[in-house]
This record gives sequence, structure tokens and C-alpha cells, in this order.
Amino acid sequence: MRRTGSTLSGPSFLARAGRNWGLYLLMLPGIVIFICFTYLPMYGVIIAFKDFRPAAGIWGSSWAGLKYFERYFNSYMFASTITNTLVISLYTIAVTFPLPIILALMCNQMYARRFKKFFQVSTYLPHFISTVVMCGMIIMFLSPSSGLIPKLCSLIGIQTGDLMGNAGAFSGIYVWTEVWQHVGWDSIMYIAALSAVDPQLYEAAEVDGASKWQKILAIDIPMLVPTMIILFILRCGSILGVGFEKVYLLQNDLNIAKSEITSTYLYKMGLKSNQYSYSAAIGLFNNAVNFIILILVNQIARKISDTSLF
Amino acid sequence: MSHPDIRGRKNHIRKSRADRIFDAVIYTAAGLMLLLALYPMYFILIASVSDPNLVARGDVLLFPRGLSLDGYSYLLSMENLWKGYGNTIAYTFAGTAAMLAVNIPAAYALSRRDLAGRGFFTFFFLFPMFFGGGLIPTFIILNNTFHLVDTFWVMVLPFSVISYYIVVARTFFQTSLPAELWDAAQIDGCGNLRFFFQVVLPLSKAIIAVIALWAAVGHWNSYFNAMIYLRTPERFPLQLVMRNILINNEMASTAMTGSAAAELNRKANLIKYCAIVVSSLPIMTMYPFVQKYFNKGVMIGALKG
Repeated sequence: MRRTGSTLSGPSFLARAGRNWGLYLLMLPGIVIFICFTYLPMYGVIIAFKDFRPAAGIWGSSWAGLKYFERYFNSYMFASTITNTLVISLYTIAVTFPLPIILALMCNQMYARRFKKFFQVSTYLPHFISTVVMCGMIIMFLSPSSGLIPKLCSLIGIQTGDLMGNAGAFSGIYVWTEVWQHVGWDSIMYIAALSAVDPQLYEAAEVDGASKWQKILAIDIPMLVPTMIILFILRCGSILGVGFEKVYLLQNDLNIAKSEITSTYLYKMGLKSNQYSYSAAIGLFNNAVNFIILILVNQIARKISDTSLF
Repeated sequence: MSHPDIRGRKNHIRKSRADRIFDAVIYTAAGLMLLLALYPMYFILIASVSDPNLVARGDVLLFPRGLSLDGYSYLLSMENLWKGYGNTIAYTFAGTAAMLAVNIPAAYALSRRDLAGRGFFTFFFLFPMFFGGGLIPTFIILNNTFHLVDTFWVMVLPFSVISYYIVVARTFFQTSLPAELWDAAQIDGCGNLRFFFQVVLPLSKAIIAVIALWAAVGHWNSYFNAMIYLRTPERFPLQLVMRNILINNEMASTAMTGSAAAELNRKANLIKYCAIVVSSLPIMTMYPFVQKYFNKGVMIGALKG
């Protein structure tokens, strides 16, 4: 992509930089903010290896080695938070990765234009509900005394009981409400990719007598593969990064055994009981694992398919 | 092979029948999905204007019953909710302005091939997408180093650089601004800054709209940063107030038992329905009119620069 391969050819780096000094000025606010509030905390993560005391500051606190990592790995919360995180995360990927693709393929088959438009706008709409309102809706709809879903279920003879108080139901509730809220929105990229398909391909397939189903298998799905790979890599990069916001709001004393994930545990340890270093260690472990998985999946994707993020 | 026309016709009939079944399946599934997507929102709306006793019994399913606006009139007296509403509007305006001011210029600079050190700056702006210091170090820096915790600015400045916005805007600039434009401006003696403000920005209304809408919705809907970095209830945004009402059940009482408590709970539910409607209304009503910008943004992002 770069026109000049090295700084040795053409004018010197400084000369080129000086000519475009205005561009650096345009980047300056972003650079300052990123250094202060994003890169400085990346440096601040060294408190995971220190006994952080607020009075001594990040640099002044004494070193603690791997003490806090060992404490996390040896604590009884380690296995349960990692398991819960992985269960919710893998369940989410397994369900919310393929469904938007199916939805996009469906949408692409709708020829009633008005209906298609209405369908798209309606399925995108839940995406704009805030997490707080979404969780409030989930709790109200599932309430055993007045909720809509237990009422509807009892009409057809199913007793649901208290779903929010049922730890075993937690991951299912999380994942399927996630589908309800985001499946439409997540399909946009695939719909965009499908709209770029050359119509001549379909015409050629029709001449050969292909059915709609065959056209989907032979044209649409192969067209979506690069988009699928990119989105899949990105999803894998956050395997241990299940959204804090929704899980935290849906937690209660009854489902905590299955709903305590690393990020909620970290928050409670760090900001509720002020164990900064311990909490920073959990966070660093988390981010490192995510980062390594992202790189691995990206490398694998590049090897087998030539499509990759970087 | 010997009777191509007959084969062709046969094929055609079979194909169209299979395709008709196919279409029927598609449209039936789509109808069901529409119902699933829209009904929960419709239910909230009708429950918010119905008699809470009928809602609790499950008698309000298709149309509002026992029509009343009691819930909304009670909402009017909830000062913290309106205070939150005002705060959110302020955070949304200031935060969106900050995001535009920071991300759009940076994205433009990164889109320029002749930017010396382009690779380094691209890495600088994109790396935080994949790795970060985490919650606790960020909190300590904001609290101990910058003393921003529990101020107005913590909701506006620290998280205003969004790598994804930069990627999308950069792709837009790369694909829709012809390079000849800058060449011509240079010949006329126009500098980078003047070029950006007088030529680039007027040609980039679409991407500015996309980023502004994303940023505004993000600010309107977020509660996480407020929960972590704000302490004074007077500064709480709408979503944090909503959390107290919806999740922490501020309105309902667990201390009471019996029919009084049941009555109070029904009333609390009514208030919840009304609060959901009032808090979501601005975005929900605006969205269908601006949705083309949202779609456009996602599609630009999909091009991947």
C-alpha cells in the first residue's frame, strides 16, 4: 500500500514530516488523549506486580513479583470465574455467529422491497435499547409473579419457575436475549456483502437451472466467507471479554454461582473491596489471554484462507 | 440431450414449485421474526398506559386496558429521573462533540499516504482495540493522576478516542476523496489545515453524520463509565437512574409483606414500563429516520482499509 518503500529514497523523513506539519496538528488531540488515558494505564498495569498503595503511587509502591497472579490462580474463584466466562462466551459465539448470516441470506431472498425494508428496520430496532433497559425488560418479563413469559408458558402448560433465580438458566437467558437484541444489527455487514454480488452470477446460475437454494449454496455463502472470517477473528479476540455490563446487571444472589465472570469478579475485588493490585493482575491475565487468542486465530486464518485482520 | 426443450420446460416447472415453497418458508419465518422482534417493545408500550392490576394478571396482551396515564404523571414528579435526563443530554452533546473533534481529524491524517510515520501512528491509534491496561489501572490514573473522578469531564474526554471510529472514517477518506484534490490545492498554495477545514470537512458530511450518530447513541445508552467514575447522584446520567429504578428496584419495597407490598410492586412495575418508554423514546423515534446513516457507516467499516 505504501508508495515509498523506505525513508532512504526521496526526501528525508524530517523533510517529509515538516512539509505536512498540519497533519500532526490534526492528530495531536487524539494522541494526547490516548497517551494520558489509554497508554498511561497500560503502563500502570505494572501495579499487578506491585503492592499498590495509593499514597506511594504507581511508581513508589514496592514490587511484589507474581504474588497476585499466584493468589488468583490458587483461589477457588479462579476455576469458577474462568469456567463461567468460557461457557457464556463460547455459547454466545456458537449462537450469535451463525444466526446473522442466516438472517442476511433470508433478507437477500426477499423481493417485496417495502416488506424487506420494514423487516430490516424492525429487526435492527432492539439494538438501540440500552443495556440497562434491556436487563430491566429481561427481569420483568421473566418475573415468576407478574412476568409475561412465565404467563405465556403456563398457558401451554409449561412451568418455568423463577428463571432469574435459576443459576443453570443464566447462560441461556444471556445468549438468547443477546440474539433478540443484536441479530438484526449484526446481519448488516453480511447484507452489505451480499448486495455487492454481481447479478450476472445469478443470471448464469438461472440459465443453468439452479434453484434458489442452490444459488444460496453456490453463490451467496462463498461470497460471505471473507466477511465471516474477519468477524470470527474479532469475536475470538474477546473470548475472555464477555461484556461486563449485561452480566453485572443480570446477576443476583441466586444465580451468582454461574454468573460470576472474570470481569465482574475483578470489578468487585478492585473497586468494591479496594484490592487494586489483585484486581489489576486478574485484568492483565484476562487481556493477555484475549490478545494471544486473537493473534493465534488470526495466524491460523491467514494460513488456511488468506483472509486475516493483519 | 435429445429433447433439450422438453427437459428445459420440465426443469422450469419443478424449479418454480420448489422456489415457491422456498419463498413461503422465507416469508413465514420473516413474519414470525418480526413478531418476536416487535412484540416485547409493543407490550411495554401498552402496559405503560394500562391498569397495572390487569397487566399483572396477564390480561393485557394485545391492546391497552383500563387506560390511564397514572404512571406517566407519577414519573413527572420523579426529580432524579429528570435530573438524569438533563445530565445525559449534556454528556451526549459534549461527548459527541469531543468524539468528532478528536477522531475525524486523526482519521483524516492517517488516511494520507504522504504522512511520514504513517505506519507508526496507525499502530498507535489501532493497538488499543486489541489490548488495554484494564479497569483498575485506568481508574487509578484517572483518579490519582488526573483527579477527574466525579467530574463532568470524566464523562466527556478520557474515552473520546475510539479506534473503530478512526478506522471507519479513515476508510471513508481513502475511498471517497480523490488524491488529485490535495495535489491541486497544494499547487494553489493551500496548507493542510486549511485544506482539511475548507475542502475535506464539507465533502465529508456523510461520515460526520455516521460518527455523530454512533457517538450520540453510545453516550445516551451507556451506564458503565458513570457507575465507575461518578459518585455524586446529582451528576448521574439517565441510565444510572434507570438502573436504580429497574434493577435495584428502588421503587418497590421488600420490607412490607401482604397486599400492601403487592400493590406497591404493581405500581413499581407500572413506573418501570413508563420509565422505559420515556428513556428510550428519543432514540427509538429518531432511529428510523436516520437509519440509512447507520447502515452506511457499517458498510464503510466493512470495506476495511
